Order: sequence, then C-alpha cells, then structure tokens
Amino acid sequence: MASRRDFIKISSLGFGGMALGLTACDLFKQTGAALKGGASVFSRVPTYCEVCFWKCAAWAYQNKEGTLVKLEGIENDPHCHGRLCPRGTGGLGMYEDSDRLMTPLIRVTENGQQTYRPASWEEAFDLIERKWKETINTYGPESMALFKHGSSGDHFGTLFKALGSPYSTSPSYAQCRGPREVGFYTTFGSYINSPEPTDIRDTRCLVLIGSHIGENMHNGQVQEMADAIDKGADIITVDPRFSTAASKSTHWLPIKPATDLALLLAWIHVIIEEGWYDKEYVERHTVGFEQLKRHVRNMTPEWAYGITTIKPEQIRETARVMANASPAVIVHPGRHVVWYGDDTQRTRAIAILNALLGSWGRRGGFYFPESKSLPSMEHPPYPKPRWSWDMVMGDKYPLAGSSVSNALVDASIPGMVDEQYRIRSWMVSGTNLPETMPDKQQFLKAVEALDFIVVVDTMPMEITGYADVVLPECTYLERYDSLRSSPGREPSVALRAPAAEPKGDSKPASWMAKELGKRMGLDDFFPYEDYSEVLDWQLKQLGTSLEAMKKVGVKNYERENPYLYMPEGVDWPFNTPSGKIELYSSTLKQYGFDPMPNYVEHPQAPEGFYRLIYGRAPAHTFSRTSNNPYLSDLMKENALWVNPKVAKLWGLEKGQKIWLKNQDDVVSSFPIKVRVTERIRWDSVYMVHGFGHQRKELTRAYGRGASDTEMITNVMVDPIMGGTGMRGNFVTFILEDPKEIG
Amino acid sequence: MRYAMAIDTKKCVGCGDCVVACQIENNVPTGYCRDWVTESVVGTYPQLELELRSERCNHCENAPCVRCCPTGASHIVEGGVVLVTPEMCIGCGACIESCPYDARYSHPDGHVDKCTFCIHRVREGKQPACVSVCPTKCMYFGDLDDPNSEITQLLEKRKWKVLAPEAGTKPHVYYLI
Repeated sequence: MASRRDFIKISSLGFGGMALGLTACDLFKQTGAALKGGASVFSRVPTYCEVCFWKCAAWAYQNKEGTLVKLEGIENDPHCHGRLCPRGTGGLGMYEDSDRLMTPLIRVTENGQQTYRPASWEEAFDLIERKWKETINTYGPESMALFKHGSSGDHFGTLFKALGSPYSTSPSYAQCRGPREVGFYTTFGSYINSPEPTDIRDTRCLVLIGSHIGENMHNGQVQEMADAIDKGADIITVDPRFSTAASKSTHWLPIKPATDLALLLAWIHVIIEEGWYDKEYVERHTVGFEQLKRHVRNMTPEWAYGITTIKPEQIRETARVMANASPAVIVHPGRHVVWYGDDTQRTRAIAILNALLGSWGRRGGFYFPESKSLPSMEHPPYPKPRWSWDMVMGDKYPLAGSSVSNALVDASIPGMVDEQYRIRSWMVSGTNLPETMPDKQQFLKAVEALDFIVVVDTMPMEITGYADVVLPECTYLERYDSLRSSPGREPSVALRAPAAEPKGDSKPASWMAKELGKRMGLDDFFPYEDYSEVLDWQLKQLGTSLEAMKKVGVKNYERENPYLYMPEGVDWPFNTPSGKIELYSSTLKQYGFDPMPNYVEHPQAPEGFYRLIYGRAPAHTFSRTSNNPYLSDLMKENALWVNPKVAKLWGLEKGQKIWLKNQDDVVSSFPIKVRVTERIRWDSVYMVHGFGHQRKELTRAYGRGASDTEMITNVMVDPIMGGTGMRGNFVTFILEDPKEIG
Repeated sequence: MRYAMAIDTKKCVGCGDCVVACQIENNVPTGYCRDWVTESVVGTYPQLELELRSERCNHCENAPCVRCCPTGASHIVEGGVVLVTPEMCIGCGACIESCPYDARYSHPDGHVDKCTFCIHRVREGKQPACVSVCPTKCMYFGDLDDPNSEITQLLEKRKWKVLAPEAGTKPHVYYLI
C-alpha cells in the first residue's frame, strides 16, 4: 500500500549536484596559487562553531576576492584557546559542500509519485501558514511540536513559544545526557550542563566511565586532559574497549559491558569501609551517609569481580588512587549516558562517589561555573498553553527535566496518547531524527500519522525526505545567530557574524522564524528586521556593541560570584530538599525509585551475537559531518571492530565487508568493513556512530559504512526521566549479501 | 639553523586536526595528504599499548629523495627543510620510491608534493599549520641549533625515537615516548 508520506529522494530532482559557482579549490587552481588557507588573508569575521555543541569561537578568514579560506580558533576563547578540533578546522566544508540544500522544496504528487518541486520562499511560507493555521484552529497550538538541535533552535523555539506550543524538544536530552543531569541534580541540586564544569586542568585523577575523551573531541576537555597528562595526573578508564583515552590512562579496567554500576558500588564500598572518604566534607555537606554505608556493606570488590570481571585488587587499587588524589579527583559524569535504562541510577552512583571524595566544588574536581545573563528585547508575554510538555507522558518519567523527544514521537502516534493530546504537526530543525532516535518503527508510525512536517536543514539529511516542506538553511558561516553565553570558570560571550553570503536561496533561521511569525500574526515577538539589530542591542546592554564585538569575537567577563570553588569550613547551601548533598535521595524515594543505586543485571549477548557498542570518532559529529568534503576525506566510513578471537571463529578478515543482523532480525542496509583489533572485548563489537547514510544526494556519505542506529531496536527506557537506553542490542554477522540470498 | 619537529605520543589523540589544517593551508587536493595519523597497537587484550603518531616528511639531513632527484626539483633550503619545486619536477617518481617514510605523493597537476614544514609560515614567524592547530599541543617545532628552544630542551629531557633509524636518513621529526 502506498504510504501517505513516501520517503522522497531529493537527488531525483537534480538538486543534489547543483553546483553554485566555483569552490575555493577551483579558484586557486585557476589563479595558480599553491596555497589556500595559507594564502594572504585580507579580512576576518568572528563566529562560533556549529559543527558540534562545544561551540568554539573562531575567526573565519577571507582572501582578497572575499572567499572564505580558513577557520582558526580565537586565542582567548575558553572553549578552544585558539585551537579548533578537526571538525572545527574542517567546518569550512559545511559551507563548501556542493550537496547543500539550495532552495525550498514542496512535496507534490506527480503521476501518482510523490516528489519535491522547487519552490519560492513565498510559496513555501504560504503553504506552511495555511497548514499551521488549519491545525491550530482545529486542535490548538498544543498539537504542534518542535524538534531542534543547535543554534537555529533558538529562533524556532521563540516561534513555538509565541504560537503557544508547549513542545520544544531536543534529542540531546533523552537520547544523550539527560540521565546524568538528573543523577547529579538529585545528589547535588545542580545540573552538569554544557560545557561540563570538570576541573580537568588541575585534577590529579580523572576517572572515565565509558567516556572516550579524545575520540569525542569535546575540545576544551581534550585540551585539559592533555594538560593533565603533562602534569602527571592519574587517569582511570573503565571501558570494554581499549579507547584512545584508555591508552593514555595509568589504569584501564576492561569491564564486561553493562556492569559499570556494580564497579561503582564496589568503589563506594571500599572508600567507605577503608575510611578513605573525605570525612569533614561528608559530615558537613551530606545526608544519608549511614544509610549508604549499610546499603553497600555487601557490595565488596569480590562481589563486583564476579559481575564485572575486574579483579578485586584492581578495584581496591584504583579506589586508593582516587582517594589519594581527593579532593582533586573527577569521576566524570560522561555525556552520552543513555545505555541500559538504569542510567540515572548509574550517574547517581558517579555523583555519590564524587561526594565521598569531596570533589564537588573543589579545585581539580568540579568548579562552580558562571555565565553572563543576556538581556532580551521586550516582547508580549508568551501565551500559556492549555497543558505543559509533561502532559503527554502521564505518570511516566516524573523527574524528566526537559521534554523527552521519544515521548513526543509516541504522542504523535494514534492510540499512544489520549486523542485530544495527540501531536499533529512537526517542525524539525538541525536534527536528523531517523538517525538520532532509536526504534525507527515508532518514528515511521509518527511520520505516517502526522498532518504536516516542516524540516529545516543545510543538507539533504535523511529527515528531509519525510518533510512536506523543506526549508534550506544557510550554514553558520553565513549568518548571525544568538550570542553564545556559556558557563565556565569565567563568563564568556561570543559572537557569530556572517563570513560569506548565503549560497543559493538558503536563509538563516532567524529570518525564517521572523517571517513565519509575521504570517502567524506574531510580529511582536520578533522585534527586528535583521537579527544583527538584536545582537547590537544586547551587546550595548553588556557595555559593548556589535561593531566592537566583530573586532574581538569573544569577550570574557570577571565573575560576579567569587566562589569558583566552595569556601572551606562553611555550610554550603545545596539546592536539594535537605539543603545538603543527598547520598540518600529523598526525591527518588518520594517518586518510588531506589533512593540509593542498586546493581541490576542486564541481559548479555545470546550465543553467536555480540553486544553492539557505538561511539564517536574525532573527525565526525553524529551523522551530520559524514558528507563534509574535508572530514569525509579524513574518515570516509566506519568499520566494525572485532576481536581477533571472534574474527578467527567466523573466518573474518581485515577489510572484509559483512552485514549485521540484530536480535530482532533487523539487517543492516549496507555492509560494513571488518577491522580486526585487540582493542575490543570478544563479547562486543564497536562501530562509530553516524554512517551508512541512505540518501544518494549525500554523494560522499551515501552507503558508506553502516548505521548503528538502524541496529538499535531494543530501547530500554529510563523510568526516572525517559532516557532511551541503547546499549542493549546484539548483532551477529551475515557474510553474504542478504539481498542476493533473498 | 636546523628545523625539527617533536611530537608527544603521550598526548596525541590521533584526531587528525593536523591533517585537515594542512589540507586547507596548503590546498592539498581531496583524496591526498601531506601528513597523516598512524596507529600502532601492541599486545593482546587486555595487555595493550597504543601509539598514535602524526607523520609527515622527516626533512632528513641525509635525504635520499634529494640525492636521487634527476632535475634538482627536490632540494634543501634554510633550516634543512626539504622542498620540491613543482616547475622543475618531471614527475618521474624516483623520490617517491626512495623515501622510507612514504611521505611523497604525485599531485594531480603532475608534480610530486609533500610537507614543507609550512616554510611559508615559518618565514613569517608562525608555526606550521599542523602545530598551530593541534588541540592537545602535542607538536613542537623549532630550531635544534638553538639550545634554548623548547624542542631542544624537550629532546634533552624526554625519551624519544625517530622512525626508520636504520635507513640512516637522519630524520628531523622526533617522537616523544
């Protein structure tokens, strides 16, 4: 049966290859110049990077023809200290990519076939206005949801609030770091947020639980980890894979996957039983110590050994190393922590361990970040939605601190939610949902049921194929955006100004949001003709101006709150029900969850299957960079890491292409090359996330490598906050092309 | 003056920023590179060691590529930097064969190309592009004849190695280990 919303391949229209003028490379070949970035540069414009969420501030350099030729970090930027990562340096490729979306597209049916036709902005907005008004008149603005990631989301966020929609959601919460936010909030009364306030620079011991800093190029953290290595800090890495971080570590614990919580509890046991905890800190600042002590009494290293395969003496030794470094020790909260559905409890255990070591609010542990609050221009009050974002979740996920993207997908499916609350219309900006959300079947059901989908992107990512209207956004190098006001050791503000004219008919999100706002009668929420006016006004309130900021890019301010660290000998107020660090969480207890973490056994791989572990490569961000000309040149595809023992068993050879099949019989669309390596345990396989693109119009990324997301059909949802645990999937190998086998 | 590079393998995470920065700085065509990252793993799980190395032309003191070049296109300039003059290069490939580091490639324009230590930047008092972007600051560039240079001091303090010492090329890229 024909679907109401077929996945449309934009390339069939010939937009994919639409070349607009010369690339910088061509220019130089013509002029015979040997250098590109190295050629004389004439001017520079400040920006902050949008290739990942770290948002490093950079100078975009132009040559005398005005062509953008290179990006370099801004020296006094606390996010990058003048040094971008490969993605930031290669950010130029986002701008140069010849596969970019260049014109609005509207879904039409021609000869019984759904396809896109190029449209003017006027036509695209006409259609959106008509459909949105229909939906709002029939079901109310509460039936509209925004899925967003990155800077563009700010502008559409304003639009959706102005419309009266309660739903503005980012997969970065429930598909990434949400559990740690709740784990730390219930313990310390503070969120971790981004960038993490980890004082790695001055730490004496950094503990990484599955966190692969160095492969995830969270720039500031990577830089500080290198500093810590220089200073001789201990690094303890817990990972079933010999990650880059593991290779830099003084201690590597090659743990059996899915058992981290047992190790954490055993560490807590040792540190309490041996009396290695920070006694004064624990006495002054925490509640529930006695309960915790009783709770972990039997959770000995010997108990944990049977679960984790980490030897008891190694558990004791590493606990000792942490205690010796205390309070200059960081048990890192991690970032992508949605693993097994008990992730809030695991990150709680991490928070508790930090509390016992006295690292929260201490030099070399966690500092108290400060950010500059930005003034906002006056606008009418936002209308109050008839219900709030948590309505669609009912009694589920009571501690979710932000809307849960997967719950909104569910709430878009008939029968999954009371009909009057069903979501009818989506706007998706800067997030490639089919590659971001696990359990694609749910996504497809939602897409089939929705009345209308608008997608905003710079590239023809998979999500654009599900849209009714595609709006081409210009890249971060071609637009103004909100000021970056980031929390850090010192407050810092950075400017993003356009360094090039938008290519083709692409436009900035600030303009799209304003124009759509006008059509919906919401002009007053967008008090600008050009977004630079807002920036200039804000900057003037902060004692500078747009012109002045263009010359410096980054402005760092002195702290207003003097306490970068907790003063000694003072009862510090914590924002928890007890006002103390809660080793025993009264909040979790109140909602019927374990007030102290317990180890729960998770399924292990069935025979012939291997646990699928996925992660990051320094050259790429999610699925969004795999088509970038520079970054795809650096890493074209992912490979499947297989232990030599497993390879021998299956007769697999290096470079051999195989297909994956998971526990639910889902077979990968594309094959993946085998990488035989000792760096992975024999019960697991590993692949880098973000490859195996399905869209031919992504000419460099199409069909290269395989998609881990495709294999993630078993999702273990965290009952506390709705995080989608994705590490409980197992794969086996298919050696012949399954399409040929039939 | 003897220019050299030292790369700290204890800090390098193999991110490849050096590769991208070089490509953009020097307009290296897509699909080619003047520097690259090598990973070597020793041992069996879980007794493992990993070394990541950013590699490039070693700007050898005893450079086989210069000796075997029939036209003089490959030559040595100030600081011992080995360069190729594209206009003089006939693309015979003898230098590519002779290099024990596989540091040279045939540029699609018909000449041989390789790392220049970013001599155009060094002449302006800047660091080579790869060194200047490295997020972990694991790369050091300087003059071995200057006893006060950071690189000279690091090589005195730290353990180091060079690649393929048996080739007798006297390379100028050092790896701190």
